[in-house]
Amino acid sequence: MAHSNAAATGAYGTTGSYLNTPAGGGLKSWLTTVDHKKIGLMYASAMFTFFLVGMSLGFLIRLELLEPGTQFVSARAYNSIFTLHGVIMIFLFIVPGIPAILGNFILPLQLGADDVAMPRLNLASWYVYMTGAVMALASLVTGGGFADTGWTFYAPYSLNTNTNVSLAVLAAFVLGFSSIMTGMNFITTIHRLRAPGMGFFRMPLFCWALYATSWIQVIATPVIGITLLLVVMERTLGIGFFDPARGGDPILYQHLFWIYSHPVVYVMVLPAMGIISEILPAFSRRTIFGYKAIAISSMAIAVVGYLVWGHHMFTAGMSDTARWVFSLLTFFVAIPTGVKVFNWIATLYRGSIEIRVPLLYAVGWIFLFSIGGLTGLANGALSTDIHLHDTAYIVGHFHYTMFGGAAIGMFAGLHYWWPKIWGRMYNEKVATTAWVLIMVGFNLTYFPMLILGIKGMPRRYQDYLPQFHDLNFLSTIGSWILVAGLLTMIINLIRGARSGSPAPDNPWGSTTLEWQTTSPPPLLNFATPPEVTTGPYDFTEILRQNNVEAGK
Amino acid sequence: MNGASSYSGLVDKAFIFILGTSVLLLIGLTAVMIYFLVRYRRSKNPNPAQIADNVTLETLWTVLPTILVLVMFYYGWAGFKVMRDIPEDAMQVTVKAQMWSWVFEYENGKQSTELIVPTGRPVSLNLTSSDVIHSFFVPAFRLKEDCVPGRTNHAWFEATRDGEFNLFCAEYCGERHSAMLSLVKSIPAREFDEWLGVDTGPPEGTRLLTLKGCVACHTIDGSKLIAPTFKGMFGSTETVVTDGVSRQITVDEEYIRKSILDPNADLVEGYQALMPPQRDLLTDEEIDAIIEVLKEL
Repeated sequence: MAHSNAAATGAYGTTGSYLNTPAGGGLKSWLTTVDHKKIGLMYASAMFTFFLVGMSLGFLIRLELLEPGTQFVSARAYNSIFTLHGVIMIFLFIVPGIPAILGNFILPLQLGADDVAMPRLNLASWYVYMTGAVMALASLVTGGGFADTGWTFYAPYSLNTNTNVSLAVLAAFVLGFSSIMTGMNFITTIHRLRAPGMGFFRMPLFCWALYATSWIQVIATPVIGITLLLVVMERTLGIGFFDPARGGDPILYQHLFWIYSHPVVYVMVLPAMGIISEILPAFSRRTIFGYKAIAISSMAIAVVGYLVWGHHMFTAGMSDTARWVFSLLTFFVAIPTGVKVFNWIATLYRGSIEIRVPLLYAVGWIFLFSIGGLTGLANGALSTDIHLHDTAYIVGHFHYTMFGGAAIGMFAGLHYWWPKIWGRMYNEKVATTAWVLIMVGFNLTYFPMLILGIKGMPRRYQDYLPQFHDLNFLSTIGSWILVAGLLTMIINLIRGARSGSPAPDNPWGSTTLEWQTTSPPPLLNFATPPEVTTGPYDFTEILRQNNVEAGK
Repeated sequence: MNGASSYSGLVDKAFIFILGTSVLLLIGLTAVMIYFLVRYRRSKNPNPAQIADNVTLETLWTVLPTILVLVMFYYGWAGFKVMRDIPEDAMQVTVKAQMWSWVFEYENGKQSTELIVPTGRPVSLNLTSSDVIHSFFVPAFRLKEDCVPGRTNHAWFEATRDGEFNLFCAEYCGERHSAMLSLVKSIPAREFDEWLGVDTGPPEGTRLLTLKGCVACHTIDGSKLIAPTFKGMFGSTETVVTDGVSRQITVDEEYIRKSILDPNADLVEGYQALMPPQRDLLTDEEIDAIIEVLKEL
């Protein structure tokens, strides 16, 4: 199917930027394109719009928590704001984010393919995503206003509140289909469209990460789809699935919700791990340490990640046996994750390291994600989680993993592949400034939350006791620095794409296939179909060229 | 924050081990990473070594973390086991959570909106909710367990020193979630027995307003919360919405009774239909007592 494209435009050999193919096509050529690269960018523009909205809402949450008492928003508005913040950031940005933007753009290039296996399905998934997004936004202004349940939609509260939960939940249901479509497309692409000579263990690690991610998307997403549909049926038809007043079970809802929503944490973070695994070898000019261990641990995390959902429910009233079994299983996920971190750091050992912006984001990512992972240990252990559950500690912890892990990973990837995507460079000095602001702001915002939680401040509180003031104040100041950093980064990237200096085909000296074609690539990616004769991180050729240039 | 329950020491031990190990690991990893970045920068090290793997090292850093996390699991489980092992002689207290207040009921039927307990005696909690999920959280005791409608969850603690400890609702439960606070007051056992033994009789009206959670939404001083204030309510004229139609009524005994039993039938205009029907939650005598109080406010 991918080759139907080729037939239409005259097969491989097309040259000139995909951005100008077809020439002068305008908006319509974007909205009807089946080019994986353009679809990736269409996702990017939609998602970063939502990201800015989500960021503003997060900013408002922090502003309200500057002082105890009510400052700027009422409790009712606050509850809708943190719900909307969560729904946008999770369902519209982080879950689909890296696969839909960078996966779409880079995966076929890294495999040496001319597109994904099912290009039309790819475009369809974008429209399904936009439909879900429009539904989510419509629920803001229809019915009783936006849901005030938190992004978790816990029953029976979500069944009884007057706000427009049904439409918000249906939006998440529709978004799930987009996720499944993209997942199926990637699995097929990876199985069917690898370049000649590229066995599974010659695939770049970003492809491995997307492969593991796609399986989770395909297998786990239907569970949340069914669960959310049951919520809608209970709200509209009064069928008692989850409300004890109608004979339902609220704990059942939590099981079903987390059977999806825990594995989906790995949908967010695995692709980011893949990006880090690309950047570290590129800037160290050496092969990654423990290629197979990293590839296999992605799959291990995907599998074990299915079996740990109960650790979100240690205080819900599950049986004590279930609690300790889930605790034990949770610790087993920590092991492959730890192995990856050790491998990444070992990749720097005796490398020839050039510190450029993508590497800064990658090492920043390792630092933030390590905090995210390590703070998770106290949530996996039973007695400590009983204390920490539903406190600000959890909010801090999952921002270190989701924002620090997934989003910062995406930013690393954007800075790494930006010259490939646009054929232009961003301003590296401004990008470095933005990175410093983000790192400082990030830690100042989220680290105090960890301490607040240990001190006993519950989450989702619009007002708090005076003993929690200092740290909340600090966290709010941090959020201002963080927002400044994020805006600087986004503006710098956009300016780079529009008017940056031209980028060479392989600006960083990387080895994977996407760097062998032009920047930006032609419509069908490669002038001649590439063949693969080595592993993905073989720097022999790059180093030889370098020595030739240096006149040795 | 100092622990104040018989098992808080065990929990703190797990905290110190897990967080301490985490901090050491973080510092170690970050230091090594920064050292590599500086030591192997391109100007210093132009020729990279292509090291693909090292079986000994990789085995080591798989096995050691495995042992480490199993120890963490053990510490977590050890503290948890004590938390779940409710002593048979423990005093029983039923925790009734509702939007957005707490009521504690003792074995002799005595009710209180603060949890008064004897220091040094185990207290067993039977946790219930009449509407949505709440969570009983006392940080000083390292104790949290959800109050789930339709079932009874169990927990226990033994306060080890006298004092007042914050009690929070930790599971998001709607508009006044962050105001769903109370106190645990741990007092000497003799004082407690005295307090428990004093029969306050059937609670009179003013106390009922607190006990039944009315004042979580309706104020008695005229200030505006999420429901109409009780002050000056009796005898006033209000616009209410009945089946979507606005009409004027006078707040009398009959209206109040109806609004308690079926709050959303005649909803005061401008307010959300949030109040759960109180049928089965209040006796006729209690409703009468409340009406008498409202007349005076």
